[in-house]
Amino acid sequence: MGLEQKLGNMGVVTMSAEKAINWARSNAIWPMLFGLACCAIEMMSTQASNYDMSRFGMELMRASPRQSDLMIVAGRVSRKMAPVLRNLYDQMPEPKWVISMGDCASCGGVFNNYAVVQGVDEIVPVDVYVAGCPPRPEALIDGILKLQDKIKKEPLAKWQ
Amino acid sequence: MSVAEPRFHIEESPKNVVSAADTQLDITFDQLKKLVTPRALTGDTMLLNMGPQHPSTHGVLRLLLELDGETVLSCIPDIGFLHTGIEKTAESKTYTKAIVVTDRIDYLAPMICNLAYVGAVEKLVGVDVPLRAQYIRVILSELTRMNSHLVWLGTHALDIGAMSMFLYTFRERELLLDIFELVSGTRMMSSYFRVGGLWRDAPDSFADAVRRVLKVFPARLLEYENLLKENPLWRERTIGIGVISKEDAVAYGMTGPSLRGSGVNYDVRKAAPYSSYDHFDFSVPLGAHGDVYDRYRCRMEEFYQSLKIIEQALDKLPPGPVITDDRKIAPPPKHEIAYSMESLIHHFKLWTEGFRAPEGEVYHAVESGKGEFGVYISSDGGPRPRRVHFRAPSLCNLQALPQMSKGYLIADIVGIVGSVDIVLGEVDR
Repeated sequence: MGLEQKLGNMGVVTMSAEKAINWARSNAIWPMLFGLACCAIEMMSTQASNYDMSRFGMELMRASPRQSDLMIVAGRVSRKMAPVLRNLYDQMPEPKWVISMGDCASCGGVFNNYAVVQGVDEIVPVDVYVAGCPPRPEALIDGILKLQDKIKKEPLAKWQ
Repeated sequence: MSVAEPRFHIEESPKNVVSAADTQLDITFDQLKKLVTPRALTGDTMLLNMGPQHPSTHGVLRLLLELDGETVLSCIPDIGFLHTGIEKTAESKTYTKAIVVTDRIDYLAPMICNLAYVGAVEKLVGVDVPLRAQYIRVILSELTRMNSHLVWLGTHALDIGAMSMFLYTFRERELLLDIFELVSGTRMMSSYFRVGGLWRDAPDSFADAVRRVLKVFPARLLEYENLLKENPLWRERTIGIGVISKEDAVAYGMTGPSLRGSGVNYDVRKAAPYSSYDHFDFSVPLGAHGDVYDRYRCRMEEFYQSLKIIEQALDKLPPGPVITDDRKIAPPPKHEIAYSMESLIHHFKLWTEGFRAPEGEVYHAVESGKGEFGVYISSDGGPRPRRVHFRAPSLCNLQALPQMSKGYLIADIVGIVGSVDIVLGEVDR
């Protein structure tokens, strides 16, 4: 006899705290309003009328890193920008996730030169890489859904 | 027995490791002191950092503002946060392959950047472009200008507080991106213009798609005008703000709608027509006061002029080839390779080595959404350019920002930055 049967149809759902917290976290991600280059324009398209990212609980872009839990690195990261980007990442509260949007952020893209960081994973840990130059809004949405799946599977604490 | 001299001399501190301290520029305190008023040194005024992560700086621009209360005393732009080394990258690619990096300079108007670059190379190697290709280039350039202006209008209005504009302009932008996708297969980074013409002919549905834009846009533009043109809040925030005089605008080297907002009649399409712009009838909208509102009006009027040009070009679009038949420059059609040895050789040469341009240097400018976008190429006779330099209109327009923002309130800064219409990819390159 489980708790569910005792409760009958009182309108109560029981689940593990881990599942409930991950469900809440994954469906109300606040991304940081932070664009770097070309991919930022496609990121804006993803939030605008035709693709409407708010369908996935992602519309609340925060301009402050203190209020956001997702950093979408949209565009090429130059050597001058790299310390700023790391600083922003450090200012975000835990738990936090990073999507590397586009080829430049993922691996340097077409710019294999002195100015561009060859992949933002040199600076911050990346959860999802989205390929494309720039990725289509559909690709970014796919990356976000992949991240949501990932968050849903995350353990709340590291058990022995 | 003497100890043998070491054959290699190893330096104590290796010079090839670049540390953060090496990359700092040597700027003295005295040089910095000139940028602010003497009151900043006594702590009488406040220095405020705006950016590089700020929603209203249109990318990664950093502004150092000196404030007396809410009044801006001086504004010091700090650029370079998006420096990509595009000019250097172009030196290591063949003339055809470097088209790809030009897309990413002004990513709001990639086709216009392509046009400037291929125009410069065409001038250098001396190749003629078929009329049909020139007309399609004009149509796509004007669509790109509208694309650039739509993003400007959406973000500029968003900064000032009219959020719905952003949603409307990005709805219309998708119509234009669909056309770019139709011709080139990709939404933004098209690389559709090639040296000597176009990558391929526009598909049959191209004309219909462009006609649809011509049909839809006037009504949508009216919607924008209804929202902003006579809106008292909008007028309050833009009229008499960020004024720059005719003389100052010219002295700072401003171009494009930001210059024309001050009433200077300079448009590269009229001053030095390229790609048969002289075949079309259009006018250059001019402002009078040089404030944020006049710059806004100039760009809005340019929408109508762009539509006018597109309609004429589409009506007069001639049939024929879209790329030059000079096999030394343009690749042969794929089917020819199967039976023609000569074509196979040309194809192989073009895709391995590329074509060689004669020694010399060339400058070619086009009118982009932001102003005069120029490309300077210096050639040493090889298949790769010796030096490529881009004259970025955003960079020159940005120079006038300290002059424009002096004496206005801090809340006006976002409006002024928006009205200059900078794109940081182009400023920093």
